[in-house]
This record gives sequence, C-alpha cells and structure tokens, in this order.
Amino acid sequence: MNSHQEIKLWTPLTKVLVGIMALGILIILYRLVAGLGAVTNLNDRFPWGLWIGMDVLGGVAMAAGGFLIAGAVYILNMKKYKPIVRASILNAFFGYVLAATAISLDIGIPYRIWHPVFMWQIHSIMWVVAIHVVLYTTTLATESSPMFFEKFKMEKAVKFVHAILTPVVLFGVLLSVLHQSSLGAVYLIVPAKMSPFWYSSQLPTMFLASAVMMGLSMVSFETIVSGRAFKHEINMDILSGLARGMVIAAVIYLGMKMWFLVKGPGIAAVFSGSMEGIMYLLEMVISVFIPIGLLATKTARADMKRIFAADILVIAGVLINRLNVAIFGMYRDAGVRGAWYFPSWMEIVVTLAFISFAIVGFKVSAKYLRLFPESDSKS
Amino acid sequence: MANTNSISKGVLVDLTHCIGCRGCQVACKSWNERSVKETTMYGNFTNPPELNSECYTNIRYIEQEKDSQPVWSFIKNQCLHCKNPACVSACPVKALRKTAAGPVTYDFSRCIGCRYCMLACPFYIPKYEWEKALPWVRKCTFCSERIKADMIPACVKVCPTKTMFYGNYEDVLKEANARLTKNPGKYVNHIYGKDEAGGTSWIYLSDVPFESLGFDMKIPAKELPDLTWAYITKIPVVIVGVLAAGAVSWAITRRNKNMDREEKP
Ligand code: SF4
Ligand code: SF4
Ligand code: SF4
Repeated sequence: MNSHQEIKLWTPLTKVLVGIMALGILIILYRLVAGLGAVTNLNDRFPWGLWIGMDVLGGVAMAAGGFLIAGAVYILNMKKYKPIVRASILNAFFGYVLAATAISLDIGIPYRIWHPVFMWQIHSIMWVVAIHVVLYTTTLATESSPMFFEKFKMEKAVKFVHAILTPVVLFGVLLSVLHQSSLGAVYLIVPAKMSPFWYSSQLPTMFLASAVMMGLSMVSFETIVSGRAFKHEINMDILSGLARGMVIAAVIYLGMKMWFLVKGPGIAAVFSGSMEGIMYLLEMVISVFIPIGLLATKTARADMKRIFAADILVIAGVLINRLNVAIFGMYRDAGVRGAWYFPSWMEIVVTLAFISFAIVGFKVSAKYLRLFPESDSKS
Repeated sequence: MANTNSISKGVLVDLTHCIGCRGCQVACKSWNERSVKETTMYGNFTNPPELNSECYTNIRYIEQEKDSQPVWSFIKNQCLHCKNPACVSACPVKALRKTAAGPVTYDFSRCIGCRYCMLACPFYIPKYEWEKALPWVRKCTFCSERIKADMIPACVKVCPTKTMFYGNYEDVLKEANARLTKNPGKYVNHIYGKDEAGGTSWIYLSDVPFESLGFDMKIPAKELPDLTWAYITKIPVVIVGVLAAGAVSWAITRRNKNMDREEKP
C-alpha cells in the first residue's frame, strides 16, 4: 500500500478547522483592503505583535525538526530516523510556508515582499532573514518534492532529486542554522528596549538551541500523534533518541539562560512579582525545568507518556519564549503613558487559521502521499 | 565636491531657551504638509502626547519642583538623525539612508513596511500610517529638501528664542562645549546625543537632569548597528564551518551508505 487511503478526512475536527480557515481568509482579505490598523492592535510603540511573535518566530522554530532529521539521516547516516524523515521535512515545509505567508501579511505593503531579493542591504538582519526564508523554502520544496513526483509517477524527476539530495540537505542544514539564529539576532539591536531577562549578546545562539529543542519535540509529538491516528506501530527507539537529543539541547540552553540571568537581572528579580519575572518563570518552568525533569533518566526516556507530556511542554514553553521576546519583554520600555499591546480577535483568528491549515494540510498529505514509507510493510 | 552640503549638518537644542510656544510644531506641520489628528485633554500640555505619522516634532511639557517652586521644562522632540542610525542598518531594502548632509531620509518606493526601523530606533521615532492600505513610515526629515536648497530647517527658522543652533556638526558640538564652559553651573554637565547611540546629529543641553525630562539614559554609548554587524560578519565562518563539518561526516559515513544507496526514499 502506498498511502493511507483509509484516513478519514472529513471529521468534525476538520470541519471546525476549515471553518476557522474560512474566517481567517475573510480577515486576510479585509486586512489587504483596509490596512493593518483596521485588523490588528499594533501601534507605534508596539510595531510587532502576535503574527511576528507566534506565526513567524514560533512557526520557524517548530520547523527546526526538518533540518535536524534530514541532516541526521542523509549526512550523519543515522538510519534509525529514516521512517520519520519525510514527515519531518514536510512539516518543516508547512512551517516555512506559513511563516512566509505571515510575514507577507504582516508587512505594510505585501505586494512588495520581493523587494529584498533585488534591493540588498547586507547590514540588515531583516534582509538576511528574508533571503533565508526564500532560499530555505525552496530547499524544503526540493527535499519534499520526491513525495509529489512519486504520486504523479514522474520517475525521472524522482531520480534527479535523489541524485542531488545530499548536497541539498547539507545546504538546508546550513540555512537553518543561520536562519534560526538570525531570528534571535534581529533583536540584538534593541539593547535598551528589551528587558534584560531576555536581551543578551547570545540571543542568536539561544534561539538556535531552543529551536533544536522545539524541533525535536515537534517531530516526536507528531510521530506519536500520527502513529495513533494512522494506526501504525510507534517506534520507541526513535522516540527515545529524539528525547535524548532534546534533553541535551535543553541542558545547554538552560546553562546559557542561567548564565545570562545571573549576569543580568539576577535570580532574585525573577521572584520580585513583576509581570516580567512571572513570564520568565513560566517560560523556564514549562520549556526547560519540567521537561528535563521528566526525561532525565534512560528509563524515563522509554516511557511514551512522559515523552509525550514533555513534547507538549517544550512546544508550549518555547512558544512562550518567542512571545516574551517579541512582546512581553518590550512592555517595560515601550509600555509607558498608556501604550500597550494585546492581539485583537482578528489577529488571533488569523493565527489559528494558520495552525488549522498546517494540521489539515498534514492530514491530507498523510492520506495521499507516501509520508511514512517504512510503515508500508508493517500495515 | 566642495559645496556646503557635503559637510554634515547638526543642531544643538538648548532647552534653557525654550518657552514652549510650539511655533516649531506648527512650522514643521505646514512645511511637511501634515494634517492633524484630534486629541483630547488628558491633564498634560504635551499635544499630541506622542509623535505620530502626522506629527514629526512636538514639545514635551514637564513640571517639576525645585526649592518648593514649580519649574517647567519644554523639550523639543524629533528624530535625532543618528550618525550611524539603527533604523538605517535595520532596513532590509535601503529605504532609509543617512545622507552626507546629515538628514536620515526615507524613500517610500523601496519600503516594504516591515517596521524593523521602528523596532530598532532607540528613541521610538519612526511612526507608521496604520490606518492606510498603502502606509508610509513617517518621521522628521531634518528638512532635507530645504537643506539641499541651502535653507535652514523650518523649526529652526521659526523659533523666536533661538533654542536651536544649526550648522556644520563640528561647529554645533563646539558651540555646545563652549556654552558648557562659559556658563559654569547653568547646565548639567552632559551633552545628550554626543555619545548616546554612538552620537546623533541633533544634540541637547539642559539645566535639569536629562533623566527627569524623559530622556532615555539606558541607551548605550556605542553605535547600535555594530551589535547586529558583529553577528552578520560571523555568517561566513558559520557557512565554512557547517559545510566542512557536513562534508567530513558525510564522507565518513559514505561507505556504509553506498551499500544501501538503492534504498534511499
Ligand atoms: S533617532 Fe531613530 S529614526 Fe532617527 S536616525 Fe536615529 S535611529 Fe533613525
Ligand atoms: S518599514 Fe520600510 S523603512 Fe522601515 S525598515 Fe521596513 S522597509 Fe525599511
Ligand atoms: S527639521 Fe524639519 S521635519 Fe524635522 S522637526 Fe524641524 S521642521 Fe520638522
């Protein structure tokens, strides 16, 4: 059997998701006609909000699984992870398409999104980020193209992509490392504006480390969920391996976070009862402390329930980190004289529509493409 | 080219001169053909309370107490035209530029509206036309068109108390230092903008501590674009490093891989 034709697409959940997507599209059209002010709560003191914090920063971090698994399989030849490589790459592809769409909507003049490709400014991190998005989305499309070519029986194309796959994957790893860290580097220019809880000279490295945590957790989460949904056996060996990688990244990340906490605002500041302190504590407990605690030992990493719980916590926790960097960390400086930001319902619906699109898109792909080739034999 | 425009201009704002008449605000509005945004009373004379896309400069009114007497300060507020501006380095499409004459100018035809300039500016100066479908970034232009035509900025020209001293940047800085040394005790011993953000073309003198007037003293005394440039210059190293590491590990694992090459999905 080639694909999972037995997957039911038109479930109640799908209907809700499609409904949200329809509403999202209406809001997007309204945004294009009426401008950002009509749809968002963005303002001069908070020029970036939910779409940048969640959809772009969060979406890209979620996509990190793609380069990690592709690199592990095609460059480090870790065959163990081969069964999940296609799903991870496709997931990353969705993540990037969504992030790119979100950026296009968030910029004031969407139809000029191509400007950075021709109007270079190598001093701008934003330019670096823009070029990465373009290059890496193309790379991911190439990496996932065999699935589509197979579907349409285009054997020559499949062969061609396979021939160039290793260098393409290596290029993808390179772009991802740069892109994940560049998103942190975007904020290097606001030393006085961002709260010292989050600002540090190592923002790029910390973004990369937390993206690795997030990416591995995402892949693990997906493996468990799709394994259950599509009723194929879940390979515990893979899950334990992912969990181990996640814990290693988390320990490194924790070390960096603690170093900059002690050097900067100090540990006592976390417990001062300020909004920043609370957000920082929330982020750290959810993204690092509990997950490391859950998966610290080898036996713990053989327990799927624990892994699943840790996955969800890491995903949520790193998302909170991105929102802290983009929004909450800015309140102290920007939120004066009544200035504030909280996303409008329309911003929230559009974000939910993006997430819905990713879930439905992934389901459709699982049904029609050979997303889990290794599970063919087992089913 | 040895014309006056090739020398960078600057302005010294001497806050001790300002009487808060807002003539500069009006002159700026009319020269730049800005409309008005309606405001309401909110218990402070600063109007509009913040700069916005229709208002490139305003006067901040601050009342403090000194020897149980009320003391008023009036602070002229506009883009400081940094020497190496964060906004310019942030802009991905070179819509913002620092011109040789001093002004930081904006070219709408390039702008994509990413608003990174707004995030990057330490002084919260660039403002956005949120309500428009084709929005511009708006901020003080340092009257660059006037400077090109050898005229002085509109706000400088109209000021009745000579709060602003306009000229070549070197002369402006010299003037600021001279006022400090000639009037011991009159000013606080700081020229705001001399070092902040690596130096700005507009600089300030005050008789009241700057921090009490809403000036941000956290802004580091270094050029902010250096912070991001330090990262960008590391990119080539990362490229070489990742490619080399990848190639080596690929070569090592290649033999094993050759055996199951056919299997590759
Ligand atoms: S004050 Fe802000 S807007 Fe003006 S030049 Fe400096 S960084 Fe740019
Ligand atoms: S909003 Fe326009 S001017 Fe500002 S950084 Fe983006 S492209 Fe440049
Ligand atoms: S220099 Fe020109 S644009 Fe800037 S505040 Fe003065 S009048 Fe307005």
